[in-house]
Amino acid sequence: MSESFEPKIVVFACNWCTYAALDLAGTSRIKYPPNFLVIKVMCSGRVDPQFVLEAFRNGADGVLVAGCHPGDCHYIEGNYKALRRITLMKRMLEKFGIEKERVRLEWISASEATRFAQIANEMVEQIKALGPLAPRLEVSA
Amino acid sequence: MTEKPKIAMYWCASCGGCEEAVVDLAEKILDVVGLVDIVFWPVAMDFKTEDVEKLPDGSITASLINGGVRVTEHKYMVEMLRRKSKIVIAYGACSSWGGVPALGNLYNTKELISRAYNEVSSLNNPEGASPQPSMDVDGTTLELPPLLPRLLPIDQVIDVDYYIPGCPPTADVTWNALKALLSGELPPKGSVIGASDKALCDQCPLNESKPDKVLIKDLKRPHQVIPDPAKCLLTQGLLCLGPATRGGCEALCVKARMPCTGCFGPLDRVTDYGAKAASFMASIIDLQDPEALEEVVDKLPDPVGTFYRYTLAASSLGGSVRGNKS
Repeated sequence: MSESFEPKIVVFACNWCTYAALDLAGTSRIKYPPNFLVIKVMCSGRVDPQFVLEAFRNGADGVLVAGCHPGDCHYIEGNYKALRRITLMKRMLEKFGIEKERVRLEWISASEATRFAQIANEMVEQIKALGPLAPRLEVSA
Repeated sequence: MTEKPKIAMYWCASCGGCEEAVVDLAEKILDVVGLVDIVFWPVAMDFKTEDVEKLPDGSITASLINGGVRVTEHKYMVEMLRRKSKIVIAYGACSSWGGVPALGNLYNTKELISRAYNEVSSLNNPEGASPQPSMDVDGTTLELPPLLPRLLPIDQVIDVDYYIPGCPPTADVTWNALKALLSGELPPKGSVIGASDKALCDQCPLNESKPDKVLIKDLKRPHQVIPDPAKCLLTQGLLCLGPATRGGCEALCVKARMPCTGCFGPLDRVTDYGAKAASFMASIIDLQDPEALEEVVDKLPDPVGTFYRYTLAASSLGGSVRGNKS
């Protein structure tokens, strides 16, 4: 794979925990790779699997869905719904030929800016190793 | 007397069930025949492709096309019918979203041919024959149209005006759609006609037994349980796709105690039926422990085939994205 490949990764970050962690990463000057496009959602439970597929179709190489830790959801159980959906979704994506490392569900609380940076680094490394997804969306005979 | 509307009916990659569905109109089909001129219907009448080619462009009132576009010949035929018709209607699940044959989009064409001609366990093909693009027989060259890389819903090849859903569309849905077509009272272009605009649960006789919040701890497959005929199948752990599926069939399968498999496809504003159906199904599994959840999800032997049974070709990804790694 060419050295210059920089993956594009979409983050669906919950308003109450993960988005605050991303803010904290910024104000604390914590470095993380610039490959992330962050979309704020009210809850990880708002992330419809259709959004994940839509991200891939529009050129994302990876998707990170992140919300409050289990038990901490602002809406009581939205993050459990995210867990159920992403668990099933991953099985389906593998059949489509999308590697499981490309979709990640993580619990990142408002204080865990360094944890986000660590996950971000890991994800970029893993997806760089897998290579770009976009050319594979073109159907070849 | 004004001229009767001209109707064409054509099949692409389909099983013939949609043709059968038209015949299921029973005695009403005589009314239909009285109201329209059928100008092309290969399965039932002796018109040839060249008869349609000779018609002036736009002279057919409506073409009802079933089946998806799988080979180059299908592409030629739907493009020709588009030119000749004022209205093109995708009739049935396959032409609307690919249908069951579109599950082949998870594989490339080499794998499909190999599977069908070399690997299937019931196969008897000692010579290892497989389809060839052309062959000489007694001085004549016979040709087969080649497979396209993927099966496509017809609206990815031509402009489609309306959709009639179902695998196959029921007689009532077909009749409703024909009435709308013949009366000229048609909804905006791109609409689904003949069916409901609400989810199947709205027509389901078991809907009243459905609690406000359905939660299940386990998934069961239809052969593992004898369902209580008075209780919502979802609450009994059966994977019924009614809540994600367009109504119109009057819950035929559920009335026979079989869960809905989703053949009427998505409701309006859903872009990816399989993702939406999987989303709803996953969200009602009442488990919080990731391992327990994995165990339940493992009971689904083929999640893509389950949730995308009729809609894979129209999904966001359209098929496998393994690329050249295969």
